[in-house]
Amino acid sequence: MLLTATVFLPLAGAAVVLLLLGDNARRVRLFAAAVGIVDFVLALAVFLQYDRDDGGFQLTDKFASWIPQLDIQYHLAVDGLSAPLVLLTGLLGLAAIYSSWSIDKRHREYFAWLLTLQAAVMGVFTAQDFVLFFIFWELELIPMFFLISIWGSGRKEHSAMKFLLFTFTGSAFMLVGILAVYFSTCALGTCTFDMTRLVEMDLSDLLLPSQLVFALFFIAFAVKLPIFPVHTWLPDAHTDAPTAVSVMLAGVLLKMGGYGLIRINVSMFPDVASAAATALAVLAVISILYGAMVTFRQSDLKRLVANSSISHMGFVLLGISSVGATAEHLSPVGLTGAAMQLFSHGVVTGLLFVMVGVVYDKTHTRHIPDLGGLAGKMPFAAVAFLVAGLASLGLPATSGFAAEIMVFLGTFPAHGVLTGLATVGVLMAAGYVLWTLQRSLFGPRRERWDHLGDITHVEKVAPVLLMVAIMAVGLYPALLSDVFATGINEVLPRFTP
Amino acid sequence: MTESAAWAILFLPLAAFLLNGLLIRPFLGPQSPLAGYVTIAAIGGAFLLSLWALQQVVSGHGEIGWASHSWVIVGGLDVRVGILMDPLTAIMLVVVTGVSLAVQVYSVGYMHGDRGYVRYYAYMSLFTASMVGLVLASSVLQMFVFWELVGLSSYLLIGFWHHRPSAARAAVKAFVVTRLGDLGFLIAILYLFFHQGAFSAEGLNALEVRDVYTAVGAGLLGSTAVTWLAIGFFAGAVGKSAQFPLHVWLPDAMEGPTPVSALIHAATMVAAGVFLVARMFPVFEASDAAMNLVAVTGGITAVLAATMAITANDIKRVVAYSTISQLGYMMLALGVGAYGAAMFHLFNHAFFKALLFLGAGSVNHAAGTFDMRFMGGLRRVQPWTYALFLVGALSLAGVFPLAGFWSKDEILAEAFHEGSVVALLVFLLALAAAFMTAFYIFRALFLTFHGTYRGGVERKADDAANPDTETTLAADEAEFVAAHDTHRAGESPWSMVVPMAALGVLAVVSGFVANAPFALPGIAAHWFSEFLFPPGGHGEAPTFIAWVAALSMLLALAGIGLAWLVYGARSIAPEKLTIRPLYLLTVRKYYLDDLYERFLTGKVFYNWGAGLLEQFDHDFVDEVSEKIGGFSRSLGGIVSKLQTGRVQDYGFLFVFGAGVVLLVYLLR
Repeated sequence: MLLTATVFLPLAGAAVVLLLLGDNARRVRLFAAAVGIVDFVLALAVFLQYDRDDGGFQLTDKFASWIPQLDIQYHLAVDGLSAPLVLLTGLLGLAAIYSSWSIDKRHREYFAWLLTLQAAVMGVFTAQDFVLFFIFWELELIPMFFLISIWGSGRKEHSAMKFLLFTFTGSAFMLVGILAVYFSTCALGTCTFDMTRLVEMDLSDLLLPSQLVFALFFIAFAVKLPIFPVHTWLPDAHTDAPTAVSVMLAGVLLKMGGYGLIRINVSMFPDVASAAATALAVLAVISILYGAMVTFRQSDLKRLVANSSISHMGFVLLGISSVGATAEHLSPVGLTGAAMQLFSHGVVTGLLFVMVGVVYDKTHTRHIPDLGGLAGKMPFAAVAFLVAGLASLGLPATSGFAAEIMVFLGTFPAHGVLTGLATVGVLMAAGYVLWTLQRSLFGPRRERWDHLGDITHVEKVAPVLLMVAIMAVGLYPALLSDVFATGINEVLPRFTP
Repeated sequence: MTESAAWAILFLPLAAFLLNGLLIRPFLGPQSPLAGYVTIAAIGGAFLLSLWALQQVVSGHGEIGWASHSWVIVGGLDVRVGILMDPLTAIMLVVVTGVSLAVQVYSVGYMHGDRGYVRYYAYMSLFTASMVGLVLASSVLQMFVFWELVGLSSYLLIGFWHHRPSAARAAVKAFVVTRLGDLGFLIAILYLFFHQGAFSAEGLNALEVRDVYTAVGAGLLGSTAVTWLAIGFFAGAVGKSAQFPLHVWLPDAMEGPTPVSALIHAATMVAAGVFLVARMFPVFEASDAAMNLVAVTGGITAVLAATMAITANDIKRVVAYSTISQLGYMMLALGVGAYGAAMFHLFNHAFFKALLFLGAGSVNHAAGTFDMRFMGGLRRVQPWTYALFLVGALSLAGVFPLAGFWSKDEILAEAFHEGSVVALLVFLLALAAAFMTAFYIFRALFLTFHGTYRGGVERKADDAANPDTETTLAADEAEFVAAHDTHRAGESPWSMVVPMAALGVLAVVSGFVANAPFALPGIAAHWFSEFLFPPGGHGEAPTFIAWVAALSMLLALAGIGLAWLVYGARSIAPEKLTIRPLYLLTVRKYYLDDLYERFLTGKVFYNWGAGLLEQFDHDFVDEVSEKIGGFSRSLGGIVSKLQTGRVQDYGFLFVFGAGVVLLVYLLR
């Protein structure tokens, strides 16, 4: 029941917020925070309870005859790949709630949607039935749409709609893919949506060509990740979303794309993944370099971080492309690195958006040339911003380094030249991150910021949590990599001919 | 010595960093004097432990072997952390912690009253810890981790006064330029791991330094592979050790507090590149191409930087260029295979160059500026600083019997002795650099301490206020003027002079005592050379060629003499010696900054590359998706027009549709 509780607690919390709490903003906030804390503890329990020596799927919650006519089950379980992502969702959900303290309208709806969002993402990472997975996947869109279009800024309706349409189009492809897999299993004699069974079946001979099914899923996940050229929804959505939603979007929603790629594309279609490896690596390198170069030109802090996400998520795809590229270099390192990067980018970019939000709350601007000289006024915020930036540029002792070095080490044997090109992305990251910090935090004191103070204790909660996560993974990556590798090692044997 | 005692050399400064950053700064305030004492105590402890380690390595005649510990294991990747305590490590530890200790003591006086006093010591201890970690590392990945942390702490220290735009800029420049080189280091590591299969077959780990030695010794890696590996590592070294063409960050890095330069731009961070080449020496030795590249790069750097030192007006920049030049010396020594001589020069250079930086800082304390055009005559008000700066200058110039003489002469002799064309070329370059070195450092000495006082920062401020002159005040000078009504031209406090004096003693004796040509009480002849030899090699007495030594002495004295005639006695006007185009070339730093920053970064990358790409992203990629969105919306608009809400229309459509179905059915 632990997983069910972890997934549905935020949903129950959302119902309570809407129906029982009344309109007292303070009470709503505190209740949401309490739900966030408890759900974080539950997520931590999931992570710790997962027995990495045993491996496989654990903590299973199954109700096999949910919709028996259609072979649809209620089936939650975690393996080494999803357990850390559940933890990540709990962590960022909590950080998002604490970054919402300054929300000043329609509190009840806001926190209800935010909690629903958290439940949906938890569901995506734990559902092991294709239909349930798809339901959670779609469920996440509704809160996102409302959160951006009501509490956002700028062209918020446009951005919310753009986000919705992009993801929805991707989901349509995925639905076709799911149905194709389902009816193919029927043709094989056992109709099933059970993902834990599907990974063990040979899906090379489907009703549709397996390359096509692979592509259907890939499109859905590529939009989410996002990969060039289907990335343009991301900067808009981030720029116009409220802080907490940016945190959730960058922190966990993008991870659904990477998770899907590993869970479905790589695990269920290893032959196609092998054949497509070089193409995936090329796409990854384009995303890494393209994203980084476009980042240099941004003058809006949020848009800048959003574009850097495109570059950093490219490393996830790069790691994925390493597996099965060559028969003699079949190794879990690159794929584990990709999974590490999912987690790392989540906490790092989460922290970046939290700090951008803090700066915006105080200065009411995100335009970099207007900022500057903030470090002297808010030393704590400056330190947190610096830590996030350094992790983003992959400095050792932060999670960013642990993830990226594993991606590089794992991918270099498979794609030497492409990996070499990708390392330039790390150099560019150093450039745009430090240049941004230089222009927004450092430089001479500005009189217009003289009235600013450092951030409050409540505002410190999220940065401290995320900094601890960044440093812990950076100093001892085995904390995570051991668990991820457990999941990855189950995928690998599928690649041996 | 136990392993935990060796780890303590790393963890003591690290603990000081955490104490300063997490406890003293938040709870005792940003100026608590405790920070300085905590840092000095921690680094003092690390220094004592380093001495112990050196003594242990010496008495054990070589490496102390400790098994490494697992950090991350994924599949075939086994990243380990551990300590490689060999003679190279032991010597480097003593240099790093020793110079760091002197600098921390000096900083108590120098940084007194700075608003970021605790932050300063926090960064300094982080830097020391990173550097110690780099030196101790037993795996290449562990080295890379600390290598990057050294980069981080230098970024923090160079940008310490981050309210100055020039400092914030210089910090970024230092980090990014060195990181450009680090890509080479990174790719070398990836390339090593690429060969893990071959290593595994022999039970070796491609990321462990000792195993790399074994593999190279056994010829496990092909000659092309070894060359590429060496070039990768060397790229990292070129960045960190400010070798041509990546030397451009170091002069700008003078924006940091001066003691920082004494530590990281004299003895440690910039020496890290030389250390890396030395650490990976068996890889380099296995490839003639790589060795020649190292030698030629070093030779070019040595001369190029020396020419820029001659025309610089900022005393700190003179010393900075001098550092680049001397690092070039060490590189060229490594390139001709003179491993011991290179490390010996690193050892001596650490002391006299730290001394020169600290001397420059002391001068600045009095004059308020680093601009030598506004100094002069300071030997009367700062007799101690003068005497110590003179010692440092003589040692740098390589005057017998000071420290610099011994190692410089060894390098020259080894280069000549090597005999190859490349070695002969770098020998000539090194000779030219030797002459220039003596000239520029004594030019700085005479301009600063001799003649009459030219008014210091106040005079410069007056000049800057006068629109007829081109003088502009740097940020630090402006702050100095704003903070003090009257300047304090006098000797610096004891906390600054004593560490300088300690370094001064070393700048005199370190060369002779450590590597004397004959046995001294307690120290064998050629101790350093016999102690420090490349992995797989053996110690031997250094080459000594009498006429080379005499010639280099002569060149040094000639340089000093010329500087005296021009800037001391002022019997030759500097203009007479100036070759205008060359002068402009060196003052504009060979236009490399313009090339890199304005053209390559500003124009090619930012405007053309990234700019065009952003246009493409916005006007094409995004536009296409918006158009598709717009198209489906207008399609939806057309379809929605069908839903008029009038029953007649629906009735008509229903009948029409039924008719079509009927027709299709009938025509089948």
